[in-house]
Amino acid sequence: METRDGRAGAAAEPGPAASRLSAADVAKVAAQARLRLTEEELEKLSGQLSDILRMAAELKALDTEGVEPTAHGLPIYNVLRDDVPQRSMPREDVLAGAPEQQDGYFKVPRILEEA
Amino acid sequence: MIGGKEAGPLALHNMTAHELRQKLDAGELSSRELTEAFLKRIEQLDGTLGAYLTVAAEEAMEQARSFDEARANGEAVHPLGGIPVALKDNLCTRGLRTTAASRILENWVPPYDATVVERLRAARSPILGKTNMDEFAMGSSTETSAFKVARNPWDLSRVPGGSSGGSAIAVAAGMAVWSLGSDTGGSIRQPAAYCGVVGMKPTYGRVSRYGLLAFASSLDQIGPFTLDITDCALVLNLICGHDPRDSTSVDLEVPDYAASLRAEAKGLRIGIPKEYMSQPIDADVRAAVEGALKLLEENGAQLKEVSLPSTSYALQTYYMIAPAEASSNLARYDGVRYGLRVPADDVPRMMEETRSQGFGPEVKRRIILGTYVLSAGHYDAYYKKASQVRTLIRQDFERAFREVDVLIAPTTPTTAFRLGEKTQDPLAMYMMDIFTIPVNLAGLPGLSMPCGVDKEGLPVGLQIIGPPFREDLVLWAAYTYEQLAWPQGAGRHWRAGREVAVDVR
Amino acid sequence: MSVKTGVEYEIVIGLEIHAELSTKSKVFCGCATTFGAPPNSLVCPVCLGLPGSLPVLNRQAVEYAIKAGLALNCEISRYSKFDRKQYFYPDLPKAYQISQYDLPLCRNGWVEFEFNGQVRRVGINRVHLEEEAGKSVHSGERLLGSEYSLIDYNRGGIALIEIVTKPDLRSPEEARVFLEQLRQILLFTGVSDVKMEEGSLRCDANISLRPKGSTAFGAKTEVKNLNSFRSVQRALEYEVQRQREVLESGGTLYQETRHWDENRGVTVAMRTKEEAHDYRYFPEPDLMPLVVDEAWVERLRAELPELPRAKQARFVEQYGLPRYDAEVLTTSPALADFFEACVAEYGQAKPVSNWIMGEFLRLLKAENKTVEEAQVSPKALADLLRLVDQGVINANVGKEVFEEMFRTGKEPGAIVKERGLEQISDAAALAAVVDQVIAANADAAERIRGGELKAMGFLVGQVMKQTGGKANPKLVQELLRERLLGG
Repeated sequence: METRDGRAGAAAEPGPAASRLSAADVAKVAAQARLRLTEEELEKLSGQLSDILRMAAELKALDTEGVEPTAHGLPIYNVLRDDVPQRSMPREDVLAGAPEQQDGYFKVPRILEEA
Repeated sequence: MIGGKEAGPLALHNMTAHELRQKLDAGELSSRELTEAFLKRIEQLDGTLGAYLTVAAEEAMEQARSFDEARANGEAVHPLGGIPVALKDNLCTRGLRTTAASRILENWVPPYDATVVERLRAARSPILGKTNMDEFAMGSSTETSAFKVARNPWDLSRVPGGSSGGSAIAVAAGMAVWSLGSDTGGSIRQPAAYCGVVGMKPTYGRVSRYGLLAFASSLDQIGPFTLDITDCALVLNLICGHDPRDSTSVDLEVPDYAASLRAEAKGLRIGIPKEYMSQPIDADVRAAVEGALKLLEENGAQLKEVSLPSTSYALQTYYMIAPAEASSNLARYDGVRYGLRVPADDVPRMMEETRSQGFGPEVKRRIILGTYVLSAGHYDAYYKKASQVRTLIRQDFERAFREVDVLIAPTTPTTAFRLGEKTQDPLAMYMMDIFTIPVNLAGLPGLSMPCGVDKEGLPVGLQIIGPPFREDLVLWAAYTYEQLAWPQGAGRHWRAGREVAVDVR
Repeated sequence: MSVKTGVEYEIVIGLEIHAELSTKSKVFCGCATTFGAPPNSLVCPVCLGLPGSLPVLNRQAVEYAIKAGLALNCEISRYSKFDRKQYFYPDLPKAYQISQYDLPLCRNGWVEFEFNGQVRRVGINRVHLEEEAGKSVHSGERLLGSEYSLIDYNRGGIALIEIVTKPDLRSPEEARVFLEQLRQILLFTGVSDVKMEEGSLRCDANISLRPKGSTAFGAKTEVKNLNSFRSVQRALEYEVQRQREVLESGGTLYQETRHWDENRGVTVAMRTKEEAHDYRYFPEPDLMPLVVDEAWVERLRAELPELPRAKQARFVEQYGLPRYDAEVLTTSPALADFFEACVAEYGQAKPVSNWIMGEFLRLLKAENKTVEEAQVSPKALADLLRLVDQGVINANVGKEVFEEMFRTGKEPGAIVKERGLEQISDAAALAAVVDQVIAANADAAERIRGGELKAMGFLVGQVMKQTGGKANPKLVQELLRERLLGG
């Protein structure tokens, strides 16, 4: 089974060093999110995000041993629907917002790599 | 100075929905006349206030006409039918531009209605337009809107609060009878406090999120801004309820909130969270809140100090979870299927340019923070840890509610701050939500209502928090306090004759 | 170039299989799952990932996934949940795929099958539920080098199960055989139509080599773009060779992903990225977790049909058929059911088996039809067999009749009557023809008299020709023998 990052994962405890993000770190994360920032933006963000992470590291003070994480807004289970086909959206509506389309398809430029 | 009309006997734009309903039913007024009056007022004031991003005059008049016709034919009409409403611009309205105040959706027209919008249409409520907000609901002042500045109607140099600033302004300034906003960390309650109206966030799962542009999926809820508690109850009756299209919406019967409103302080057990009151709070804010509590106690309510120790960590918890979910929810804006596309030779470049140009700095900041928090090697220490602390916070509230019916505290530590005051310091901005955030983390119902003013005449918000799915308890406390302190409606009685501070040229 | 001599390598293979579930609607929305519809005509706000849309889980998809897990001998997790797997790609509308990460629906199963005369067992790590992505069409022949691409989201949101095996396979051929067995099991459960050629069954392979006797794993290569069972085997054979060459020349192998090029018969390294994909998994907040209790699992287990290996064993036991017959007859549930229904009518198993393995399968293949589409019913075949037994028609005519039954759905008796195909068993009538044929073929007749019995077949053939194939062959033989050999 693949690990969280496709390699053998390493869990990390955030030491003080981990709360400090350099501009290069920020650029790397930004690229992961398909965002490109200017040098100035990167510098500024590096400071702001480091502050926020430092604040977040305060959570270490709380003992959460054995505490179940809350991942959902409310504790309900088995929300299911019947396997009954419904009418789909008319194609004009589907393509209405398309920045570029061709023959009923969404058109995109060169895809550089296989998924 | 004074805007347009004199304040005297209640002008249309100062009336509540239930008062207007009586006029409509008595035939004193048509929905068309009413809607037109509001559209005119928008025209007069909104150039300065910036509450609306899109005004839908034609559609609103058409909806008003349809209501008038239905009523003339003797059809049964909904209590909120014919009453003009404004919607935050992160609610999908079919055929009507929906932008989330972002350039990336500047011209996006949804092909479908949000569930709550469907309910409004079924009730024949004329939709005046879509209101201004912080971009993708990320903010506490509406200053991150990509399109225009929004101003507090009581002091034009100050923020209306956020992220649902436009919806709060619309009701406070008489540019809509009531409005809908969304609340993820306080985005309804905080602007309600700053603008002096009633604002409520129902329990997570009470109102369908289908058609609400997601910010943080496990925290977002849709809720009303109104001039009084009765209107608030009426809106809850309309928007609450199970939706099979939203897996997180709960299949629980919705009580008739309006019918069960009662004003009775005796028997009401109020908890005051120790950790809240010990935070730095403006002296005037503290005084107004304590005044409200004293009034309730004098009339028979029981006050009790409760402790919510983990809420001291709520801000840190929220700023791990919300940006993480947001970074994921906003990944779909990639220029392929809708919204802005900045052309490029290859897809990765196209996506990067589109997102970099389409999103503002606050959105980018949160996306990057969220991406980092979820990334390999950091997930356990940040996201997972925060999710565990979230459980502790929820448990704190559960414990408190075993002994009291509601919790009461300030909505915000200060009154409305000045435009530009906190934009350079994100952390300072985030601190504005310190009292509202824990309520979202625990999924509880929370309401803000005016409880006084500060030295400068700016409104102070009183926050009332209830146990899950006990909107009735919250409304009990709210209505009781309203009848005692602001019998003409909390959202207007406090301003007694004051009109909004807008120059009409 | 140094050569490592004397090191024998063990091949370690694991497979990752995706099967599209045959639910009527998609996994998280109500759009239909019809194959081949016009592009973007089976799409809604949910599967298009429009702002504000939300997923709602299809119960049937969950049940199909559980059934697949049960058929693979898995434990069904009492508690499981969904997670978002995040990456940017134009055919992924939300820029994340809803999948299952750390708490999958099914775990720790196994599949037993025969290979090279041995019973082998391959572990199944997990089976989980997730959603399909859309499909892209490229302006060029393939993705790399195309100037633009066109995206169709009809397929997006169709329910998928992902099956991950343990790395228990030890040769490319074994991997292929295993995959065929797995496909057959899934086909029998009815949860997927598992057609590799239509994309409802896909397979990626992970392969590494290690010194025999070692328990550590070597660097593994992930091989993608395997579009048929044959490609699976060929690609893995190529990889074994390639990896062996690297190791034997003293090189090092790194974990990588390679693309199988069917035309050139090689795997090609995919664009190397600086980092491996970080999918940033986290629990899907829009979907609630699943709690699957024992009662639910048992109800689904009871609904499972008899699976291939069990059915084959029963066919051998119950019908006394050879192993080979049992395997052919159970290639699909429909075929197996047809066989049993026919035997129930007819009474004997082997003749039915012969007809099915022979004529029926031949015609199905030639006409490219499924068992359901063929117009023969089990009872009609049984009737045909009885006609032959009773001597009304001979076996060859029987084949002709069967072909017409297959195409038209008519009853065998009606066909025989219509075309006057009754066997000629009137000795006097036949004797006349036999004499005629002997006279016309004096040469052959002489040879037979002289002891060359081979030519008998030719003369029988001539009689058959003269009688439009309807002569009773046994009788013809007898008559010829009488005249030419004196009895």
